[in-house]
Amino acid sequence: MSKKVAFLQGNEAAAQGALYAGCNFFGGYPITPSTEVAEVMSIELPKVGGKFIQMEDEIGAMAAILGAALAGSKVMTSTSGPGLSLKQELIGYGCIAEIPCVIYNVMRGGPSTGMPTGPSQSDVMCAKWGTHGDHPAICLTPASVQETYEEVIRAFNLSEKYRTPVMVMPDEIVAHMRERIVFPEPGEIEVTPRKAPTVPPEQYKPYDTSFGDVPPLAAFGSGGYKFHVTGLNKMQDGFPTTKAEIVQAEEERQVRKVDANVDDIVQFEEYLLADAEVAVVAYGSTSRSARYAVNAAREQGIKAGMFRIKTFWPFPDKQIKALAARVKGFVVPEMNLGMCALEIERNAQGKAPILGIFRVDGEPINPDQILEKIKEVK
Amino acid sequence: MSRYELRFSGAGGQGLITAGIIMAKAASIYEGKQAVQSQSYGPEARGGASKSEVIISDGPIDYPKVTQCDALLAMTQEAANKYSHDLKEGGVLLIDSDLVKNVPPGNFKTVAFPIINTAKNDVGREIVANIVALGAMVALTGQVSRENAEKAVLSSVPEAFLELNKKAFSMGYERAEAAAKA
Repeated sequence: MSKKVAFLQGNEAAAQGALYAGCNFFGGYPITPSTEVAEVMSIELPKVGGKFIQMEDEIGAMAAILGAALAGSKVMTSTSGPGLSLKQELIGYGCIAEIPCVIYNVMRGGPSTGMPTGPSQSDVMCAKWGTHGDHPAICLTPASVQETYEEVIRAFNLSEKYRTPVMVMPDEIVAHMRERIVFPEPGEIEVTPRKAPTVPPEQYKPYDTSFGDVPPLAAFGSGGYKFHVTGLNKMQDGFPTTKAEIVQAEEERQVRKVDANVDDIVQFEEYLLADAEVAVVAYGSTSRSARYAVNAAREQGIKAGMFRIKTFWPFPDKQIKALAARVKGFVVPEMNLGMCALEIERNAQGKAPILGIFRVDGEPINPDQILEKIKEVK
Repeated sequence: MSRYELRFSGAGGQGLITAGIIMAKAASIYEGKQAVQSQSYGPEARGGASKSEVIISDGPIDYPKVTQCDALLAMTQEAANKYSHDLKEGGVLLIDSDLVKNVPPGNFKTVAFPIINTAKNDVGREIVANIVALGAMVALTGQVSRENAEKAVLSSVPEAFLELNKKAFSMGYERAEAAAKA
């Protein structure tokens, strides 16, 4: 049987991916360039018995999805830079209360209202450091329409597996670009269910670490399961504590959920890197320019390759360290003033120079710019 | 590897993004090629500069934007001035002859006919000017067959307007063929 195909925009594919992953609650507030996600969800969710709600603002939307997730729903919200800033307080709440949810953020020019219709990649640091305090962070940066669909499904899976908010951050080009997409059959891509409690309500504790670093999460209110949820540091039963040893252990466990599972979470693509002397490190739409440039460099006899970041957080530290030990230099094109470059610098530890192409004028980085920079690596 | 680059440019509200989407859909869904459509537009809903770019290829497409344009549609003088600079030698420029009075110079073939007027007076509705333009671009570029492009048009427009769009597409296709020969 031939598979269903369509010609879709990245944002439309994101909504379809969410539906495949079993999303049944979407709380949103429209904002360019992410509005199409909310549009599709508002049409499709009621058809499958799900709920769509447009809240009074982005903060309300984030609060709505956290509440719905606690009550047992699989949830998503979509936004862009200014909305992501507003959501930060509650993203931190989602981290400490350990609530699975997906935040789909399309990167446009910033800071503040910036350039609503222009592409950017300047929210990648906000994905990790936007909300205060030590907390786990997972952020995926897809580069095509098909990959946006698949990465949204993966984001849902990771959020359930590690009981934590997960971000998907396409840039505006990927979000608004249209390509052919091939839909998987139901069951073809694994969908991770929420780990449900195995104990009766009277014995249930929402942060019971005897079940491991990721305790089961009951659907609040159903089957008699009720528990306390707070943004304060808490004990296993969910009630606040300031007891030093508990707070220390709990904070470390929450961060460890991601840190101890980096190999399970981090995905990347290596393109012509085996013999490469120049490694272009790119993500999102910029990686498409990079691939073009790497091919052009190869035609001119230059040994260039690309390391394409699919998972921005946790950052592929191990892989970049290994590359730094064997390449003559890195070329890092990105639509911000050097955010990924900073992470590469941290990992390269001076072993290989980093040549950045940093663009914040709302124009994409074109292949020629990258090719010229590749040639500068000596 | 073949890489063919088209740009539909003009003002917001002229339906050029839709025209680009249908061209890419024709190539990628009906013609069996690969295609990517992208766009850029200002914050205005209508009137600001707008462009829609389509890359068509036999193989995977990496960079989704135009590097050197093979075919350009310009529906305003501003668009013709702004975007003809990276039109390839031997490429094709399609303009609305009522709106673009100063034809930009260059080593490319210029085809002109009154696109909006054709939609308004010959098809009967100005709103389908983008489909007239699309028909013309299909004829001039040869990247997708007339049949496949028509299928893409009909699968993209509301059912109540199938005949109107079909007529607009055919008229654009034929006017461009005639204008190119002239």
